[in-house]
Amino acid sequence: MLWKVLLLLGLSSAWAQKLCSPGASDGYKVRLSINSALGDQAYVWNENEMFLFRATLAFAMRTYSDGQEYDVANVVVCDETPRVSFWFVVTSPLDASLLVDKRRVEEAVRKSRSRINSAFLLTDDTLEFIGIPPTLEAPVAPDTPPWLIAFGVVMGGVGAGIVVLLVSSVVQKIRKKRDGEEETGGKTENEAASDAIYNMSFSDDEPVTQM
Amino acid sequence: IETAPPDSGVEERPKWDNKFQYLLTCIGFAVGLGNVWRFPYLCQIYGGGAFLIPYMIALVFEGIPLLYLELAIGQRLRMGSIGVWNSISPLLGGLGIASMLVSFLVGLFYNTILAWVLWYFFHSFQNPLPWSQCPLNDNLTGFNVECVKSTPSNYFWYRETLNITPDIETNGSLNWWMVVCLASAWSILYICFIKGISSIGKAMYVTATFPYLVLTIFLIRALTLPGAADGLLYLFTPDWEVLKNPQVWLDAATQIFFSLSVAFGGLIAFSSYNAEKNNCERDAVLVGVINSATSIYASIPIFSILGFKANTAYNSCMKENILALTNHFEFSDQNITVDNYDHWVEYLNRTSSGELTRVDLKPCDLQEFLDQSASGTGLAFIVFTEAVVEMPGSQIWAILFFIMLFSLGLSSMFGQIEGVLTPINDLKVVPKWIPHELVTGVVCLISFLTALIFTQGSGNYWVEVFNSYVGSVPLLIIAFFELTGVAYGRGMKTFSEDIYFMTGKRPNIFWKACWMVISPLMLLVVLVAYVVIQAQKHPSYPTWNPAYDLFPKTEDKPYPDWVFAIIILLCVLPVISIPLVAIYRLICSRIKKSGGHVDLNPNSNDQINSNHRF
Repeated sequence: MLWKVLLLLGLSSAWAQKLCSPGASDGYKVRLSINSALGDQAYVWNENEMFLFRATLAFAMRTYSDGQEYDVANVVVCDETPRVSFWFVVTSPLDASLLVDKRRVEEAVRKSRSRINSAFLLTDDTLEFIGIPPTLEAPVAPDTPPWLIAFGVVMGGVGAGIVVLLVSSVVQKIRKKRDGEEETGGKTENEAASDAIYNMSFSDDEPVTQM
Repeated sequence: IETAPPDSGVEERPKWDNKFQYLLTCIGFAVGLGNVWRFPYLCQIYGGGAFLIPYMIALVFEGIPLLYLELAIGQRLRMGSIGVWNSISPLLGGLGIASMLVSFLVGLFYNTILAWVLWYFFHSFQNPLPWSQCPLNDNLTGFNVECVKSTPSNYFWYRETLNITPDIETNGSLNWWMVVCLASAWSILYICFIKGISSIGKAMYVTATFPYLVLTIFLIRALTLPGAADGLLYLFTPDWEVLKNPQVWLDAATQIFFSLSVAFGGLIAFSSYNAEKNNCERDAVLVGVINSATSIYASIPIFSILGFKANTAYNSCMKENILALTNHFEFSDQNITVDNYDHWVEYLNRTSSGELTRVDLKPCDLQEFLDQSASGTGLAFIVFTEAVVEMPGSQIWAILFFIMLFSLGLSSMFGQIEGVLTPINDLKVVPKWIPHELVTGVVCLISFLTALIFTQGSGNYWVEVFNSYVGSVPLLIIAFFELTGVAYGRGMKTFSEDIYFMTGKRPNIFWKACWMVISPLMLLVVLVAYVVIQAQKHPSYPTWNPAYDLFPKTEDKPYPDWVFAIIILLCVLPVISIPLVAIYRLICSRIKKSGGHVDLNPNSNDQINSNHRF
């Protein structure tokens, strides 16, 4: 009896291996670039990591596919290379000889991509599913474009400066005119003292230089 | 600043606060965008260190004599360009008008470039920088096609900044964001000009010195980047063969000429606000030398950064090849690195060359990346922005770079606008009760409205037209007439007396030889050669056409006839005033001669002698 069970087990694993082959129509190739992503902190790829991958994929199938109870055994892996790359297929939990359709696997992977990535500390570029392009993030569009803020600050300053300078020069002119009217009869201290201009049309009533 | 009280009989000309302000303004005017983005490019394509030889020769025999001449006549005759040339000889009055027109036209497109710099500056406050990645396309399935085919910085420049049309005939619409930036640039210019040269002088303390600070910061940063040494070596390795090419000498002479900003009338205006007894010989030599030194100083960080960029591009190219090999042969990740790449390729060639040919390997050549040079707006807005993205802390470097470009351009714009405002003031066409601020404001407003043509889709093509044709041949013609007008019109004897009056010593034989013979000859040769070279090829221009087969290469299209007519107009219009005014004055004098006694002698000219104190 025992040898029958062993034969069946051997046959089923061989059968499973036949399901998974490079270029399988319902399978996907996965490629990991751990050293590129993590450099010194890279972990070694071994059987345990592979187990984690199969478990993560089973989780993805459970959550985002038809809700059936996928198990680690349902994710079959083959053709592992030192790169690290391998092919995988997903078998149905109800019948181990049936492969789950490619599109359902793709959908599940797409939806749980970020979870799979973070399980391995990798990104879309370093954990590739060949044939499943990563969904691009929608751009974060802020309410006010940042450049308008910078523009507003600069132009606010410049506009305020223009107004201040124009107003001050107008005020200065008015003040000069008013002082000029007062001077024609009276004394002035500042103007004659400050100018280095030889100037004859000015009545010079300053107390210091008595004319 | 000292100005006369309202009732004085003699209206005193505004003066610089101190000599340093004046020198700084002249240096700021001369040192402009060209020092940063034209000189390093010329140095690179003309054999690095060897280019310095024709450059120095042109500086000594053409640049500094012209500079000295302009500073001297401005300081002696104490007027803007129109008044000065009317003084020297009524027949040469047209020179001043020509200078004024050229200053106005050049100011239009130059400030548009500053508007572009402002746009990039405002966008440098984002993380990530907008020119570092491609935007997504409409249905979010991939990246924008135009961006993918070219590069993100190309896309940001041509599409998001300029929104460029495929050729100059397609006008496109006015880009509102460009109009806003242009209004900002003119407003900033106006606020610096409000108080005339007193506000300019103060603004210059910042705008003329800040670029040097930023260049030094960039120098220190750039020299520590990987690949900087490659860039510098590439720049300075002299290729002596290049000196045999006449084009090199021509480009050196034109570069010196345009770099010093002579013939715009701005330098004459600035020196007219000087004290009369001022050593303008020393000023001229100082400004000329500092201008050239700045060019050389600026090329060091620029080329270090370009070397860094070439290095980064080379590394990316290699990494792509490495990835292709690793994926194809299923080697372990990071087994092949940039260092042992060649060994691996050799090994693979020996063992499995058949497989190797199936891998799509790109040729990665560092020299080729270093050769990708650019000048002008291409350098600043495409190449440099790409380099900045790769540097850690990119926002800071981008902000610093664009503020530096803005300062450089702003200080040159001061000279342009001064070349327009001072003649207007001197001609006294504006009644006295209109305040100076209003005149400045009106000039800025008119310039802004005219420059709106540069904000439409085809704006960049028009800027190129103006840059190549207004900012070249008319200036050479004006400078030639300036030299001959002073050397022969005013007479070397009178001019020597002027200089003796101002500086206390007469010009020595070197200056006289230059003014009378060497510089006019050089200018004439440059002018003729320039015109001949331009005339030989039918003018065409590079266009950014996404529908082009070889996109992202630019497509060369010939200028349509109506644009050609406008080009001719732009070349001729400023200089036509020179013969027109001469003929007009001749006719006037002939008519008056038949009636009375009239002199074409400038000393009896009644327009301008109010400021002279003999």
